[in-house]
Amino acid sequence: MKWSVLKRLLRYTKPYAGYLFGAFLCAVINISLSLYGPVLVGDAIDYIVGQNDVDHPGMIPTLVLLAGTILISAVFQWLMAYCNNKATYSTARDLRIMTYRKINHMPLKYIDSHAHGDLISRIVNDVDQVADGLLQGLTQLFTGVVTILGTLLFMLWISPVITLVVVLVTPLSLFVASFIAKLSHRMFVEQQATQGELSGYIEEMISGQKIVKTFHYEGRAQDSFQKINARLYACGVKAQFYSSLSNPSTRFVNGIVYTAVAVIGSLCAITGYPAQLSVGNISAFLQYANQYTKPFNEITAVITQVQTAFVSAERLFKVLDEEEEQPDSPDAFNMESCEGNVEIKDLYFSYHPETRLIEGLNLSAKKGQKIAIVGPTGCGKTTIINLLMRFYDANSGSIRVDGHNIQDITRGSLRSMYGMVLQDTWLFSGTVRDNIAYGREDATDEEVIAAARAAHAHSFIMRLPNGYDTVISEDGGNISQGQRQLLCIARVMLVDPPMLILDEATSSIDTRTEARIQQAFTKMMEGRTSFIVAHRLSTIKEADMILVMDQGHVIEQGTHETLLEKGGFYANLYNSQFANAE
Amino acid sequence: MFRLARFLSAYKKHVILGPIFKLTEAIFELIVPMVTASIIDDGVKKGDLDYVWRMGGIMLLLGVVGLGCAFVCQKFASIASQGFGTVVRNEMYQHINSFSHAEIDRFGTPSLITRITNDVNQLQYAVAMLIRLVVRAPFLAIGAIVAAMMIDWQLGLVFLVATPLIALVLYVIMSRSVPFFRVIQKKLDRISLISREGLSGVRVIRAFSRQENEEERFQEASDDQTDTAVRVGKLSALLNPLTYLIVNFAIIAIVWFGGYRVESGAMTQGEVIAFVNYMTQTFLALIVVANLVVTFTKAAASAARVNEVLDTKTSVPEYTSKPVIPPQGNDIPRVEFRNVSFSYDQSEKYALEGVSVSVMPGETIGVIGGTGSGKSTFVGLIPRFYDVSKGSVLVDGVDVKEYPFEQLRSKVGMVPQEAVLFTGTIESNLKWGCPNALPEQIEKALEIAQAKEVVEKKEQKLQTPVNQGGKNFSGGQRQRLTIARALVGEPQILILDDSSSALDFATDAALRKALRQNTKDMTVFMVSQRASTIRNADKIIVLDDGKVAGIGTHEELMEHCEVYQEICLSQLSREEAARK
Repeated sequence: MKWSVLKRLLRYTKPYAGYLFGAFLCAVINISLSLYGPVLVGDAIDYIVGQNDVDHPGMIPTLVLLAGTILISAVFQWLMAYCNNKATYSTARDLRIMTYRKINHMPLKYIDSHAHGDLISRIVNDVDQVADGLLQGLTQLFTGVVTILGTLLFMLWISPVITLVVVLVTPLSLFVASFIAKLSHRMFVEQQATQGELSGYIEEMISGQKIVKTFHYEGRAQDSFQKINARLYACGVKAQFYSSLSNPSTRFVNGIVYTAVAVIGSLCAITGYPAQLSVGNISAFLQYANQYTKPFNEITAVITQVQTAFVSAERLFKVLDEEEEQPDSPDAFNMESCEGNVEIKDLYFSYHPETRLIEGLNLSAKKGQKIAIVGPTGCGKTTIINLLMRFYDANSGSIRVDGHNIQDITRGSLRSMYGMVLQDTWLFSGTVRDNIAYGREDATDEEVIAAARAAHAHSFIMRLPNGYDTVISEDGGNISQGQRQLLCIARVMLVDPPMLILDEATSSIDTRTEARIQQAFTKMMEGRTSFIVAHRLSTIKEADMILVMDQGHVIEQGTHETLLEKGGFYANLYNSQFANAE
Repeated sequence: MFRLARFLSAYKKHVILGPIFKLTEAIFELIVPMVTASIIDDGVKKGDLDYVWRMGGIMLLLGVVGLGCAFVCQKFASIASQGFGTVVRNEMYQHINSFSHAEIDRFGTPSLITRITNDVNQLQYAVAMLIRLVVRAPFLAIGAIVAAMMIDWQLGLVFLVATPLIALVLYVIMSRSVPFFRVIQKKLDRISLISREGLSGVRVIRAFSRQENEEERFQEASDDQTDTAVRVGKLSALLNPLTYLIVNFAIIAIVWFGGYRVESGAMTQGEVIAFVNYMTQTFLALIVVANLVVTFTKAAASAARVNEVLDTKTSVPEYTSKPVIPPQGNDIPRVEFRNVSFSYDQSEKYALEGVSVSVMPGETIGVIGGTGSGKSTFVGLIPRFYDVSKGSVLVDGVDVKEYPFEQLRSKVGMVPQEAVLFTGTIESNLKWGCPNALPEQIEKALEIAQAKEVVEKKEQKLQTPVNQGGKNFSGGQRQRLTIARALVGEPQILILDDSSSALDFATDAALRKALRQNTKDMTVFMVSQRASTIRNADKIIVLDDGKVAGIGTHEELMEHCEVYQEICLSQLSREEAARK
C-alpha cells in the first residue's frame, strides 16, 4: 500500500469525514450486534432440551433481546451503506470536478500533447475505480477485519478451546483464497489482453470493410480472427475455471471448519473436557463456522480491487499535479476595445527546444488588412494562431495589439478581441441558439437570428426539424460539416470582434454551402484585421500580405505579385496548382 | 435466446453432466445439517463418542466428494461456455464479413463490435451460470424447504411464510433499482461527453473565455450523477437489512414454535438446530436465484442483439463462384452504367437516378458534385459494394452480378475517402490485395502514388510498423500509401474516391501526372470536390442530387452545364476556369 496516496485521498474525503466516520461506527455496531445473534439463538435453544423439558417463559427474554438486536442491527446496516455511499459518491464528484477544472486551467501545450481519450478516461473511469476500489473497498476491508475480529471475540467468549480449533484452520482459508485469487488474476490479465486484441482486430476490419472487400481479404481476415479467437478460448477456459474454483473451495474450507466444530464441540459436550459446552453453544459455533471464511474471501477480492484503485488514483493525481497556465500578471489590463493594429517583432517560438520553428518573424498588420497564411499541410500554420491568441506564449520577441504587448493584456480580454472560425468546427451538444449565443449569453433572439442571417445560416436553420431549438447531437450527425461552419461563423458574427482568425476548409464541404461560407467570410472581413489560413486562391490573391510557411518556418513574405516575381516557393506552389498534367 | 442453443451442440456432454455433478454436491450440502442433528441427538444426548467421530468422518467425506464434484462441474462449465462463445464469435464474424455496406451501415461499426464482444461475453456468462447454478440454486432453496418439511411439516410452515416474503423483497427492490443503474451509466456518459467537448473545443472555449461556464455545466452533470447514485444507493441498501430481518425473525419463530414441537415430542433439539441451518441455506440460495434472474434477463437482451446480426442476410450475395470469361472486342466499354437507379432503403428516394454512362479502357473520368450528390455511391456500384435498384452495371460487357466477387474485385483498385491502413508494416499493407506482389511492382506503385519519399524517410523503409488505423502517419502520407496499395495489384479500373483531399496542390498534380503517364490502359475514376483535380479528365461526370447534370470535357461543361459552372466559379477565378 502506498500511504502517501491513501493519505492524500483521505484529504479529499475531509468534507465528508462525518459520513465516513458514521459508516465506520455503524459498521462496528452492526457487526457486533449481528454476531451476537447466533449466541442468543444458541441460548434460546438451550431452553429446549427434550420432550416435556422446554422452558418457554424462560426463553422469552432471550428471544425479545434477539428481536431487538436484529432490528437495531438492520437499521445500522442500512445507515452504514447510506453513509458510505454518500461519502464515496460525493468524493468522486469532487475529484471529477477538480480534475476537469484543472484541465480547464492547463496550458494548451498539455492538452495538445495528451490523448483526449486518455484524459476523459481519467475523469470518468479512474474516478470510478477510486470510488469503488479505495473508498468502498476500504469500508469493505474494514468490515471484513471487524467481522473476523468480532467472530473471534465471540467465539473466545463462548469457548476458547473450540476457537483454537477454528483459528488453526484459518491459515488454510487464507492460503486457499489467495492462491486462487493469484492464479485467476494472472489468467484474467491474459484473457483481458486477448479480448482487447480481438476487439481491436474487429474494429480495424469492420471499419476498413470497403478495403477488405475490394482486396478480397475476407477469407484471410476470417483466418486471423479465428486464430485470435482460439487463443481467447484457451485462456478464457483457464481464467473462468480458476476463478470458479473459489466458491466450491470456500464451501469446502467452511465444511472442514464446520465438521471440526461439530465433532470437537460434541466431544466437549459429552466429556465436559477440555471445556464445558452446551448444545446451544454448539449451534452458535456452527453458525459462525458457516460464515467464517466469507470475510477472508471478501478481503482478498477487495485487495486486488484496492490495488487497481491505487493505480487509478496515481493517474488522477498526476493530472492534478500538473502545472497550471501562468495566471495573468496582476497589473495586466483589460482590453475593452481595439483598432486592430497588430505588430509582430522578432518573434521566436518552438514547441520543443530542440526543433526550432518560428525564427525572427516580423509582421505589421494595419486595421482592416488581410493576412493570408499559406503552405502545405502540416507546415505549422496553426502555430501563428496559437501565438496570436496566446494559447502558447512566444519564447522571445513580442506581439503588440494597438501598441500593447499582449503579455500585458489579460488573456480573456485579448481573446475576446478576436473572432475565430477554425476548420475543425466545434459545437457543443445543445440547441442551435445556445451554440450561436456561445460568446454572448445575453443576446436576444433577434440578435441571434440577425447573426445567423449575416452568416447565411438562417435558411438552413429554419429547415431543421425544430429550427433554432434543434439540439445538435453529439456527433453532429444532423447537420453537415459545411453547416457547422456556418454556425461557427454566426457565433463570431454575434460577438462582432475587431479582429478575425479564419481557417478555410480544404474539402468535404459541398460546393453550394462552400459558396455561402465564402460570402459570409468576405462580409465578415470587411473593416476587420483578419488572419486567414488560406487554401483558396482567390482569398490569397486579395490578401494584403501573404506568409508562406513550410515545415514550421515562415519562408517567404509579401503580396501575391511580389512573391510571384520572386519565383520562389510560393510561385512554385501557385504554378503547380494549375499546371497542366502534361 | 434458446435458438442460440444450437451452438452448444458440441458440448452436449458438458451441459448435461455439469449440472448433475453440481447437484450431487448440493445434495451432500443438504445432508450435512441432518448429520449435525443426529450428532447432537444420537451422539451428544446419548454420550456416544464413537458415533460422533463416525458422523464427523462422514461429514468430511461428503465435503471432499462434494468438492471433487464441484470441480468437475466448474471445468465442464468453463469448457462449454467458452467454447460456445468462441463458436458464436466465429459464426458472427463470418456472417459480418458477408455483409454489404448497407448492413454494416445499418448496424454501425461500434454496435457490431459490442455485439461480438460484450454481448457474446454476456451469453457466455449465462451459459456458465446455466451449468453451474441454474439447477443448483433452486434445488438448494427448494431442497432445504423440503428437507425441513420432511423433519417436521408443521414447523416447516415457517418456511412457507418466510421464503415468499424474502422472494418478494428481492423482487421489489431489485426490479426498482436495477433499471436505475442504466440511468446512472447514461449520466456518466454525459459527464464523459462534456469532458470530450471541453477538450476538443478547448480553443473555442478559451477564445470566448467560457471556462467557468463549462465548469458549471460539468458540475451540474456531476451533481446529477451523484444524486442519482446516492438515491439508488439508498434503495438498494435496503435489500440486505430487510432480508436479514426476515431470516432472523423466521429463526426466532423456529425456536419458539420448535420449542412446542420438542415439548410434545414431535421433534428433537438437534432437529431444531438443523432447521436454523436450513433457513440460512434457503436464504443464501434465494439470493443466488435473484442474481440469476438478472443474469438471464441481460442474456436475453444480448441474445436478441446477437440473433439480429445472425438473422440479417446480406443484400449483395455472390451468385456464382465460377469465373466468367468476358466477351472480346475493341468496342466493349470497360464500365457501363445502363439507366442505373439506386436507393439505400429500397424506397423511392433515390441516391442515384437514371444514370447512363459508358467508359472505355484507358479513359480518365472525373466525377464531381456536392456532398450528398451521389458521387461515392456511383463509384461504389462498380465493385458491387451495393446492388443497383434498377438498371445494370457492366464491367467488360458482363453484368457485375454475374461475376464471382474475387474476379470482379481483382479488376478494381479502390482508394476510399478515409485513408485506412491496417496494423502491420508498410509492406504488409501494400501487399494486402496480392500477397505475392514482386518488389518491382511495389516500387512502381509507390513511385506513381508519390509515396516513395514517405517510405524512404523512414528508417526501416518498407518494414516500418504501421499502428492501428495508420495513426503514426500523417493524413497525406496515409493517402499516398493507400493509393500505392491499390496500384500494386495493377487493376484495370482504379477508383480514387476523393482520395487526394489531404494532399497539397503540388503533390496532387504530380500524382495525376504520374497516373496519366504510367497507366495507359487503366481506367481511372477520380471523384473530387476540387475542380482543379478533375479538369483535365477525358470525361467529367457532374452529379447533382443523384442525377447526372452533365457529361463532357471541362470546356464543354463550362459552356453548357450550369451546375458545373457554379462549382468551378466558386473555386477558381473566372480567368483560371477559362484557362486551358
